[in-house]
Amino acid sequence: MANETRKSHAKGAAASTNGGAPKKRTTSSKEKIILDASSDSFPESIEVAVKFETYPVDRYGHEELGLSGETVEWMYRNMLLQRRFEERAAQMYGKQKIGGFLHLYVGQEAVSVGAAAAINVGEDSVITAYRDHGLGLALGMSADECMAELFGKVGGCSKGKGGSMHFFSKKRRLFGGHGIVGAHVPIGVGIAFAHKYKEDGGICLTFFGDGAVGQGAIHEASNLASLYELPVILIIENNQYAMGTSIERAFAETQFTHQAVGYDMPAALVDGMDPFSVCKAIQDHGKMAREGKPSLLEIRTYRYRGHSMSDPQKYRTKEELESKKNDDPILRMKAYMLERDMIDDAKFEAIDAEVKQEVLDAVAFADGSPEPALEDIYDDIYEESDYPYLF
Amino acid sequence: MAVLQFREAIRAAMTEEMERDERIFLMGEEVAEYNGAYKVSEGMLAKFGPKRVIDTPISENGFAGLGVGAAMNGLRPIIEFMTFNFSFVAIDQIVNNAAKIRYMSGGQYKIPIVFRGPNGAAGQLAATHNTSTESIYATLPGIKVISPSNPDDAKGLLKSAIRDENPVIFLESESMYAMKGEVSDEEDYLIPIGKARIAREGDDVTIVAHGKSYWIALRVADRLAAESFNAEVIDPRTIRPLDIDTIVESIKKTNRCVIIDESTPFASISSEITYQIQERAFDWLDAPIVRITAKDTPTPYARNLMEHYMPGEDDAYEACRRVMYAD
Ligand SMILES: Cc1ncc(C[n+]2csc(CCOP(=O)(O)OP(=O)(O)O)c2C)c(N)n1
Ligand SMILES: [Mg+2]
Repeated sequence: MANETRKSHAKGAAASTNGGAPKKRTTSSKEKIILDASSDSFPESIEVAVKFETYPVDRYGHEELGLSGETVEWMYRNMLLQRRFEERAAQMYGKQKIGGFLHLYVGQEAVSVGAAAAINVGEDSVITAYRDHGLGLALGMSADECMAELFGKVGGCSKGKGGSMHFFSKKRRLFGGHGIVGAHVPIGVGIAFAHKYKEDGGICLTFFGDGAVGQGAIHEASNLASLYELPVILIIENNQYAMGTSIERAFAETQFTHQAVGYDMPAALVDGMDPFSVCKAIQDHGKMAREGKPSLLEIRTYRYRGHSMSDPQKYRTKEELESKKNDDPILRMKAYMLERDMIDDAKFEAIDAEVKQEVLDAVAFADGSPEPALEDIYDDIYEESDYPYLF
Repeated sequence: MAVLQFREAIRAAMTEEMERDERIFLMGEEVAEYNGAYKVSEGMLAKFGPKRVIDTPISENGFAGLGVGAAMNGLRPIIEFMTFNFSFVAIDQIVNNAAKIRYMSGGQYKIPIVFRGPNGAAGQLAATHNTSTESIYATLPGIKVISPSNPDDAKGLLKSAIRDENPVIFLESESMYAMKGEVSDEEDYLIPIGKARIAREGDDVTIVAHGKSYWIALRVADRLAAESFNAEVIDPRTIRPLDIDTIVESIKKTNRCVIIDESTPFASISSEITYQIQERAFDWLDAPIVRITAKDTPTPYARNLMEHYMPGEDDAYEACRRVMYAD
């Protein structure tokens, strides 16, 4: 019974959330949990040995991932677009074209691009926290709508209502940028629940930061995902810091893959400075998710900029930052393409110029897009257009 | 009188109380090594050490509950929320535990704890980062709610809150932290909880406003004064218990009332004050009470919408003229 439930997704059988039957305890073939006694008798002691797969940098080539040369070029171009977009956004913040918080993704681009290349964009779902510009662009949202959102203009992806932290795109199945740390992770699990329920074959990539691991919501959501065998990958974008707090200062156990053991989920550690490693990990675990096996990925990455625009960054050394910048995902991708003669310098320059222009155009678009009308403040609160607001 | 920033006044209150009572500790995100996300606790780690100034992971539910447990077991925690928007992931600890355990235990356990941090709007931070929580927490019997508008009140009231034997929600403001003001140097400067302050006397209209809105009230009073109308400005300072007596006394003199509050209007502090006024002073009112609040919407990001969302000085000024039938 439990066995059937586990496979129900793959078989296209009626969706079920176990119907009260116990979930079948299995772990991936890559890991082994040794219990020294069977579950029917009370054990003498319990020994747990788990092996997690890792996805290091420079191990995977695009062919084995089934990526075309075109896709590789797109990956490079999109990472560059993210970086130039955010550098320009930082400048616009200085000019007060952008207000509120602005959290930059610079350094983490390989995570979003690797993920986007591994899923069916528009069919699979994605949800993330407030550091969301990179994922938005990687999923194919336009620089125009993204920049206009930062400017708080009607041309923005959320019509200027959400700003930097709240990129949404129904078309790309981006279920948001979310501002309360960890709070969107149960939502990601719910999106996956609906994929399974509707039997549409979709999965949900649920991204959150290392800091979010401290939230209770993550643990409840992890258990639900595993218990109900939902098509979700829980993805920790571990950039080593939550504002000024390093993971060492916030967690008794900093090897986040270990969390999965408690929920009987497979897990893997991924080096997030190589988009191919990310892509491979999400391909593998996406396949598992589609078969009803949720998993946890810890993707190690690094943000080059401060937490937001007002961060003196006293919690890390210049040397640490510089050494990480030498591991840059964009430079790695460039070297990869050059080594294989996939591209020449002239083409790189052309891409550079194109991307620069795309971002400048986005700024012009955002500048030219009108501010929302004051009466728009009452739009999109309730379904009814005649709701009796208090004035 | 020393001139202190709002944040310095809060720091001074915590520091003085911690020097006086070893059972007090400060716990929250980035309060220690980072010196506070808004630099409120700057230098306190150096002064009191890591046993008493404690950084946490992003685990509000966990450390709010830890605070309740520590208070039940004899300590006096100050729990900082980086902002009160994040108190909502800990709201069960406040609603079901902090507020109710004294009652459920028949008075055996008391919970002397302060939950403090910035509250309300702070610019274009969009819908989840701009919530005014006072009306939410003020619904809870068992909890006290304080919202000071200036450094002097902040210091005197926070010291009282830390000494209080009940759970206290102490609401500050990101946008007021840098505001400077004179603060009493009186040793052991304690302002009683539950006592409003008449900030400015007048007999033409009563303006009630707390926190940031208080400053709007003062500007409106200035504008009215230029037209020879004397507004009385009352800062309740404490939301629960509410000093309704002071407000009612004033209305018996002015016969008119305008409330300014940056919470959304439905079921809010302004609703409550309005109800209590009509209950006690209905016959003295010469005009309907008017409230100027945030719009009845989530908080928008766009700059123009955000400005439109907040209670405006012009609206408050016009409301005062309207209740005085000045037009
Ligand atoms: C529940 C909650 N508590 C606190 C905050 C304030 N805050 C915003 S971002 C952040 C750090 C989060 O770090 P992490 O999850 O590692 O994400 P990163 O910023 O590194 O992408 C904190 C504490 C918040 N937004 N939500
Ligand atoms: Mg982080």
